[in-house]
Amino acid sequence: MSSPTSTPGRKRGRDGNPATPSSEGPTSPPSQRRRGQDSSNGDLMPMPTSPATDMLSPAAPQDTSLFSSPRASVLPNEVDMSSPLMYGTPSSRVEGTPRSSVRGTPARQRPDLGSVRKAPQVDLHSEPPSADGAVASEPNAGQRLVIWGTDVNVGTCKEKFQRFLQRFIDPTATEDENAGLDLNEPLYMQKLEEISVVGDPVLNVNCLQVQSFDAELYRQLICYPQEVIPTFDMAVNELFFERFPDSILEYQIQVRPYNALKTRNMRSLNPEDIDQLITISGMVIRTSQLIPEMQEAFFQCQVCAYSTRVEVDRGRIAEPAVCRHCNNTHSLALVHNRSAFSDKQMIKIQESPEDMPAGQTPHTTIVYAHNDLVDKVQPGDRINITGIYRAVPMRVSPIQSNVKSVYKTHIDAIHFRKTDEKRLHGLDEDAEQKLFTEDRVQTLKELAAKPDVYERLSSALAPSIYEHEDIKKGILLQLFGGTRKDFSQTGRGNFRAEVNILLCGDPGTSKSQLLQYVFNLVPRGQYTSGKGSSAVGLTAYVMKDPETRQLVLQTGALVLSDNGICCIDEFDKMSDSTRSVLHEVMEQQTLSIAKAGIICQLNARTAVLAAANPVESQWNPKKTTIENIQLPHTLLSRFDLIFLMLDPQDEAYDRRLAHHLVSLYYQSEEQIEEEFLDMAVLRDYIAYARTYINPRLSEEASQALIEAYVDMRKIGSGRGMVSAYPRQLESLIRLAEAHAKVRFSEKVETIDVEEAKRLHREALKQSATDPRTGFVDISILTTGMSATARKRKEEVAQALKKLIQAKGKTPAMKYQQLLDDLRGQSETAITKELFDEALRSLADEDYLTVTGKTVRLLA
Amino acid sequence: VDTSDMYINGPLQVNTDHAASQSNPKSGWEAKVVEFFKDRLKEKDAHTWVPSLNDVPLHYLKPNSLVKFRCLIQDMFDPEFFMGAYETVDPSTNVLRCGRYKDVTECGVDFNSRNTVTAERQTFYCVPIPGENPWVKEISSSSRVVPSTSYAPTRQKRSYEEDDMDDMDTQPQKQREPHSGHTEQHGNGDCKRQETEAPSSQTASASHLDLNFPLPGEKGPSCLVKVYEDWDSFKLNDTLEVFGILSVSPALSALADEKDASSSILDPTESMETAEEQRVHSPPASLVPRLHMLYARPLPHNNPLLPSATLEDNSAFLSSTLSEMASVRAELLTYLTHVLLGDALAAEYLILHLISNVYARRDVLPLGKFAMNLSGCPAAALYTQRFYQIIQQLVPSSFYLGMSLQNMNQMRLVPKKDYVANRLVSGALQLARNTFLFLDETHLEQGQLDTTGVRNVTALGNLISWQKVDYDFNYHQMEFPCNINVLIASEGRSLLPSDCQIHLQSQVSPPNMEEYLSNIQLHPQTSSQLNKFRIYLSVARQLDYSISDEMTKSVEDDFVDMRKDDPQSVSAEDLHRMLVVARLLSLSLGQTSLTRDSWLRAKHIDMLRRSRMEQHQCVNGNEP
Repeated sequence: MSSPTSTPGRKRGRDGNPATPSSEGPTSPPSQRRRGQDSSNGDLMPMPTSPATDMLSPAAPQDTSLFSSPRASVLPNEVDMSSPLMYGTPSSRVEGTPRSSVRGTPARQRPDLGSVRKAPQVDLHSEPPSADGAVASEPNAGQRLVIWGTDVNVGTCKEKFQRFLQRFIDPTATEDENAGLDLNEPLYMQKLEEISVVGDPVLNVNCLQVQSFDAELYRQLICYPQEVIPTFDMAVNELFFERFPDSILEYQIQVRPYNALKTRNMRSLNPEDIDQLITISGMVIRTSQLIPEMQEAFFQCQVCAYSTRVEVDRGRIAEPAVCRHCNNTHSLALVHNRSAFSDKQMIKIQESPEDMPAGQTPHTTIVYAHNDLVDKVQPGDRINITGIYRAVPMRVSPIQSNVKSVYKTHIDAIHFRKTDEKRLHGLDEDAEQKLFTEDRVQTLKELAAKPDVYERLSSALAPSIYEHEDIKKGILLQLFGGTRKDFSQTGRGNFRAEVNILLCGDPGTSKSQLLQYVFNLVPRGQYTSGKGSSAVGLTAYVMKDPETRQLVLQTGALVLSDNGICCIDEFDKMSDSTRSVLHEVMEQQTLSIAKAGIICQLNARTAVLAAANPVESQWNPKKTTIENIQLPHTLLSRFDLIFLMLDPQDEAYDRRLAHHLVSLYYQSEEQIEEEFLDMAVLRDYIAYARTYINPRLSEEASQALIEAYVDMRKIGSGRGMVSAYPRQLESLIRLAEAHAKVRFSEKVETIDVEEAKRLHREALKQSATDPRTGFVDISILTTGMSATARKRKEEVAQALKKLIQAKGKTPAMKYQQLLDDLRGQSETAITKELFDEALRSLADEDYLTVTGKTVRLLA
Repeated sequence: VDTSDMYINGPLQVNTDHAASQSNPKSGWEAKVVEFFKDRLKEKDAHTWVPSLNDVPLHYLKPNSLVKFRCLIQDMFDPEFFMGAYETVDPSTNVLRCGRYKDVTECGVDFNSRNTVTAERQTFYCVPIPGENPWVKEISSSSRVVPSTSYAPTRQKRSYEEDDMDDMDTQPQKQREPHSGHTEQHGNGDCKRQETEAPSSQTASASHLDLNFPLPGEKGPSCLVKVYEDWDSFKLNDTLEVFGILSVSPALSALADEKDASSSILDPTESMETAEEQRVHSPPASLVPRLHMLYARPLPHNNPLLPSATLEDNSAFLSSTLSEMASVRAELLTYLTHVLLGDALAAEYLILHLISNVYARRDVLPLGKFAMNLSGCPAAALYTQRFYQIIQQLVPSSFYLGMSLQNMNQMRLVPKKDYVANRLVSGALQLARNTFLFLDETHLEQGQLDTTGVRNVTALGNLISWQKVDYDFNYHQMEFPCNINVLIASEGRSLLPSDCQIHLQSQVSPPNMEEYLSNIQLHPQTSSQLNKFRIYLSVARQLDYSISDEMTKSVEDDFVDMRKDDPQSVSAEDLHRMLVVARLLSLSLGQTSLTRDSWLRAKHIDMLRRSRMEQHQCVNGNEP
């Protein structure tokens, strides 16, 4: 039997050299030589109890009486039986077949479980091992043997896990990892089958499922992952090779548990969690270069070329002082090329912003990823990481007796799971959605059942802002949004479900405050100001990452608020080029980018809540909305609701406003809370409705919508104008659906349509009233000009033409002169703008041309 | 008194004594020790005995002694695990030792001992309160001199220390420590001044180490404060007075050096912590001392003239100041009127601004903020700078930000997380509560703001409108509420938002502005007078305020009436402002509830201010 210290030829992380057949045999690095593994092939070698000693005693007796592992009969010269590495490979089954793939399946080291403590198994009933390393236990079958320092009995643990693998069925499993599996068959057996086909020897095990199957096993897994996971490995490999004896794997199957129930926030990690299996969530902020970590050092004697290998123990190499072959001292030199290395990467994760208490900075934790987990994550990824929490004392210097009394902590990663991966694929975000407790759902449902829930919620919205009931209602509906419909099969793509709202009005009517409130309320909200944002800031830009020096796409506010609300303040101050990107976002809900060779389309399913100030700083009631805010009508027509926030001038209103403000300043915190719904409740209510409620139109509702639309069309037709477009119908549908969501109703009913109609009409009344006629004229918003205004423009143009014709043959005229003449002639006031427009329309007819201050006749 | 001296110089001794007296380490002696110190510190004036890191140079302080530090939490590092209790390898001295309140363990540690207790503590990176004005530093350091009640124990102390010194590996200057310490206590101001100069040269030599002060040109020690309990109750930017055990063990720096040199080859995990991170998180203890917190007192203000107890607890002080408030206010008003070129209205508003304070937040709306835009400042003769210097004499902490193009494009206003060094790189807007921020727009010149500039202006706008700063965490932003009094001085209307704009109307036109201003400054405002103003401003800010139902009604009526006459003239915004003005006006007079008179007065001055603005607009010809 070869000495464990000189077992060569193991599958290595980096070099991947094929093992030399002569000494072929799966061996483990020191980290693997653990008590858990020892037991599989007989157990209880009288190991030195001092954890510092990691050399297996060469004289370890082979005791196979306890566990009659079939491997016991393997030729001792072929495989090092004392090596704990031998676990799990049922090589004995095909005993005699030399170099069979099965037996040859090497165990891959698991630096993620890397142990610093190595303890033997002890008998519970016997004396604890004394300090000098004597083990008091005897291999007595009747005794209960556990791994030193734990209460894990390898045999039972293995058996339990095998039973779990063979029997566990979870018909309700919904995870995407289980896609394509028959939920009524044992889940993990199917996964094993998959492994045999695919050849990827990793078995992910959901800890919650382990818990539901065997709570005791789960507890052991959490508390002693270092011991239990290798036992699991062992169990799974035995099972696998029993079932698929012919399959060829690169290395033995490794079990990767995830979703440990103790999933916690980084903040709540404490010393009790050291060496336990934990799952925490966070965001990757830095990844290091790949670090080759030496697992085994190769020494060669300079004198006689005798070579020896030394395993790295806790970051140290014990350099052999004397060559065993020629007895020369200090003749051995390290040969780097022939040493064994494994991959390692340092990853820094930071707690996600949602988990943090206000006013504190986020914590960071160091994670080490090993072997194939290296480079699995990139900075910026949101991940759930399962691993073992470690604390290592700061290095002790041999010279100094004083040490820093601080430990360094890190997590050895066993399993990564990206939490934001799903967002790229589908629309649902179940994984990210808050889980509501039963109680919470009950409260929410009770609230929903109240007849005045709509009013209640809208008054709970931004209580510090007074009145503006309809605007709040509109924003409330925006928060809920319509139902998503997918028409991609028929080629129309997604229908917009988000409601866009524009608030315009005098400065200082708390528009910004309303925006701020919404931004703070929704989980994925963005707040930008038109003044300070550029087109790239809203969409996306390509930049060179300072660290990786690669081009990366940085997403802007609109993409970041996907599935949320993008609040844009000072919408009118935005430059035209910036505004133009909104066209696509506000109807198609996508963003197309072609920059620096990156061509892509990003989802931007965001609702836009914008606020605009009138151009003249004060709202001019004599002008139309378009004239007041000077936004292109193409953009305005994409808003479902446009509200004016004006000062109503009414005494009762003033009184209520005054009362509201005074009490805002001087009411105590508790009084405020009594009056209004808690912001948290509101937030949950919205989140719940957005996730679970998908109302569909009922028959009556569709009928009501049709009627409403036809009515709207009719209004204008009398005066020869179009007063409604299909876009208005779509808006109505969205609003009705959102209102049904507020009621937690799966069906859109007539009352929803009524409210949608009312709100839509109210908004129109404010924004689309033609100040000249007093009629609501939708064409103000859709074409930018009311029908009467258009008529007036034509009249002026004609009058001007007549005037010019009356002047006779003057090929050129002064601009100012002409304006004065026209003013003198006309009975109505002619503004300069009107005159300019008239000139322009005549120029369009090729009648004249305007150059500077001179008007020239053509032809 | 005897013990008080003992505990200042050898808190660890007390600590160990307690530890020794308790055979079982888990019996909660730690809590008792902390209690002991807290009780001691609560005793009358006890805290004045404790030397302060703020004014005593580090090398005069004895290691492992009790010190205090008045500071702002600039950054919070990750929690660390340490050996709460450990055993030594050497079996002869094999006793359980306590690792609390220490950075370095003694003797060889037995890592395999079963008795090792791992505990957790949090590290805060603390800097002296940014923008703290010289007078605050001066007064707080001289105040230590005053309570020189008993010198009897000092002799004892000396002998005690000298005994102690011998078995400690101390630098030679520490032996001088007791001597110079005493001269200081006897109140020799000159001597002290020399001492305070000492560390400045020290920091200059070590300028390669960025101490991460929020404001440029700051001096003073920064400190790594180790917090042992209840660290969740502290927030970033809190101002605290920390009482703790000073640790400047040279071993800390030695460990760091040695690590760079040798062990990195052996242990790859060490080298993975970047050099920058190493430098930031374990700087040499001689520059950034460690302070192991025993007890921390949140500071509602950093005005050393006020008693340290809260106002409610100190009713005698409160009532005496309250009675004087009206008269002090009148004096201050005269003084400020003089400063503001004879403009009494502007002076009145300035007082209101100086005592404003965000006292509550309703959803996103901060209540009580009163950012002021002082327009019409004469550009000549560095008026704004002079003006700032005068204000500096009145408020405990302040900062002058000249809004020149260069400043706006280059300064870091918003703190940013540096993931390489793993720290929050501070910015000028990381300020303690109630810091007076003076934005000088008269320096603005023509030119283009670059990306940084735009971001900085946006940050200032956010600060003024919402009293919050969005710290840049690279992958996301985080909102930190703040409470900063912003005054914008400009020639015309400011480009930044403000709660109230007042146009300066100079009543005097001194032929020589320079001379006029320097006269004001040199004008012997006796220090007692200045101190009165300082106390007045700080107290007025801390007062409680309420409004009766009756007054509520009357305010409502008033508002309705005003709207009836001319709805255009008064908006909700105006009512917001008038309520704040009324509140501040009442407080400035020492009244804790709104009276009819104050309300009318508030209305009156607001009207005056607005009429002045209208006039001014006409002059500008900005009318449509």
